[in-house]
Amino acid sequence: MAATVNKSPKLTMATGQLSGERLVELYRTMVLSRYLDERVWLLNRQGKAAIAASAQGHEAAQVACIEATDPSKDHYLTYYRQFTAMLALGTEPEEMLRSFLAKDGELMSAARQFPLHGAHPRVDLFNFSNVIATQLPQAAGVALADKLRGSDAVTIVYFGDGAASQGDTHEAMNFAGIHKLPIVFFCENNRYAISVPLSMQMAVDSVASRAVGYGFPGVQVDGTDVVAVYEVTRAAVSRARAGKGPTLIEASVERLLPHTTDDDHTRYRSAEDIEQMSRRDPVKITSETLRRRGLLSEVEDEAIHAEAKRRVNTATDTVDAEPYPGVETMFDHVTSDSARKRDGIS
Amino acid sequence: MPEQTVIEAVRDTMRAEMRRDETVILLGEDIGNRGGVFLATDGFIEEFGADRVIDTPLAESLICGLALGAAVNGMRPLAEIQFADFVWPAINQIVGEAARVRYGTNGLKTAPLTIRVPYGGGVRGGLYHSQSVEVLFAHTPGLTVVAPATPYDAKGLLASAIRSDDPVIVLEHKRTYRLVKGEVPAGDYTVPIGRAEIKRPGSDMTIVTYGLMLHYALQAAEAASEQGFDVEVLDLRTLRPLDSDAIAESVSRTGKVLIVQEDTPAVSISSEVAAIIGERCFFDLDAPITRLTPPEIPPMPFSPLQEAAFMPSPEKILAAITKLAEL
Repeated sequence: MAATVNKSPKLTMATGQLSGERLVELYRTMVLSRYLDERVWLLNRQGKAAIAASAQGHEAAQVACIEATDPSKDHYLTYYRQFTAMLALGTEPEEMLRSFLAKDGELMSAARQFPLHGAHPRVDLFNFSNVIATQLPQAAGVALADKLRGSDAVTIVYFGDGAASQGDTHEAMNFAGIHKLPIVFFCENNRYAISVPLSMQMAVDSVASRAVGYGFPGVQVDGTDVVAVYEVTRAAVSRARAGKGPTLIEASVERLLPHTTDDDHTRYRSAEDIEQMSRRDPVKITSETLRRRGLLSEVEDEAIHAEAKRRVNTATDTVDAEPYPGVETMFDHVTSDSARKRDGIS
Repeated sequence: MPEQTVIEAVRDTMRAEMRRDETVILLGEDIGNRGGVFLATDGFIEEFGADRVIDTPLAESLICGLALGAAVNGMRPLAEIQFADFVWPAINQIVGEAARVRYGTNGLKTAPLTIRVPYGGGVRGGLYHSQSVEVLFAHTPGLTVVAPATPYDAKGLLASAIRSDDPVIVLEHKRTYRLVKGEVPAGDYTVPIGRAEIKRPGSDMTIVTYGLMLHYALQAAEAASEQGFDVEVLDLRTLRPLDSDAIAESVSRTGKVLIVQEDTPAVSISSEVAAIIGERCFFDLDAPITRLTPPEIPPMPFSPLQEAAFMPSPEKILAAITKLAEL
């Protein structure tokens, strides 16, 4: 099984599994994600958000992937750049900002962790750590449990091109292949692991090509193309749900901003590279294609932007005024044993 | 009451727990048809099938990452690391990840997994089949670490570990597997996590120890009694959380303490025990806190004379008792 490259042209399948209406909804989430993402960056520069990793450039891949899954039963093991995926799974802008501003009532970790780390209370989404690729063996374990109990849930595990270099990635894919686990490995390849380019990360130009070594299909797809990502993910999810085993999807995306708010990518990306990648902005591409295909009018597009801006402003005002969690809760949930907690021994 | 070896107690306990709870699954290298390199899972694949007794690829980080993922998704995985010396590739999944799941999700997720880790020396294991690995785990908030030394405690603590809702490291000393025999009730029981036990009462001094050293300490205490020294032996049994109340109670009563461990001394369990005694028993001490440990070299030489020189022994412990008694 060699890696295959999905050749579906942009949004030509709008009348297929994804209706025009759903496409506009996905676009709406992408626009909301973009405004919220920009706001978080601004809040960082104001000294209010300590750290942020942006999903700008990854929006299409993330909404389309989630759209192909079943949030009522599937599992999502994310990494730090899954900003848009969180929104696609129903997380409110207020909840997102609370995470970035580390405010009281934070959704996933009570603000103990970096933004969007911890576990989601409403869908089975979790992101335990900042250590790259640890989620892949864990995802294989989640999928193994489903397989053993005969569940048809699918595990989606996200990672970047940098994570592809970790031993945990190899160990997880190898095991998933052996046991034909119900899992989708979803790589968002933006060609940079902080500053290290893909050419210094691997001698081949495709992460998906590695799937052949694990005995399951690998698919490369244009990560700025909502329909293409949706289709390959839907096929991978169906395959996993049917007990036929894993798929490795590699979505080619752009990282439009530096690695995080603490990074400056002009130190290692050429002006030409930055110019070129900015042409692959998935929000612009999706807007243009939807309008060209008559699925979205200029007026509707403007309304989507205005609505997103309004929601982000409201959420900012709300969360900015909220308090930080007090120190009294920092001893909670170290272990199951509250007596040990009381004694200060965990 | 029937007598069993430690490995028999471990095997029977795993079998009983798998029979009572179908979410208990085993993950490890050579645990299937081989039955484990120490035969801890002998006959298991026949009884429980390859779905619940999973021979993993040779990848320790995978084993512990899988166990963590399955634990988060409703299972109670019991992983075996073949030798403690091989646990280091999995440290990140244990110390970095599993230990922090509950805290890092504010209790939304828990990780009820158990990792059995055969450890320890005196078995001609050289540098890579002899290590004591307890310190890193015992240092980590969120983990529970038990180190049973007797067949009775091996059964009771392993059952507690598997039923615990937290990640538990079970350190089983390889040399005790077949060397140590003891009475084990046939029925179901547990030994509480976090409770040390006085294995031999005495009034002149306390030896605080765990693992294989418990048995050496008991032998030394017996020999010391012939010289007129009445030595108490406290078996820590759980290394995190340490039973500081039991340590303080015993040492305050006897006034002298010898801490015996097989691990090297710097920043070790004995360091923490000494700190607890310093904090809680200072005014009850009749002599400085003493320790008997191996020297500060990488554990442990393969060659027999050097291995014996490295390991504490009943004779060395007796000498330390005599010296402390005269202080």
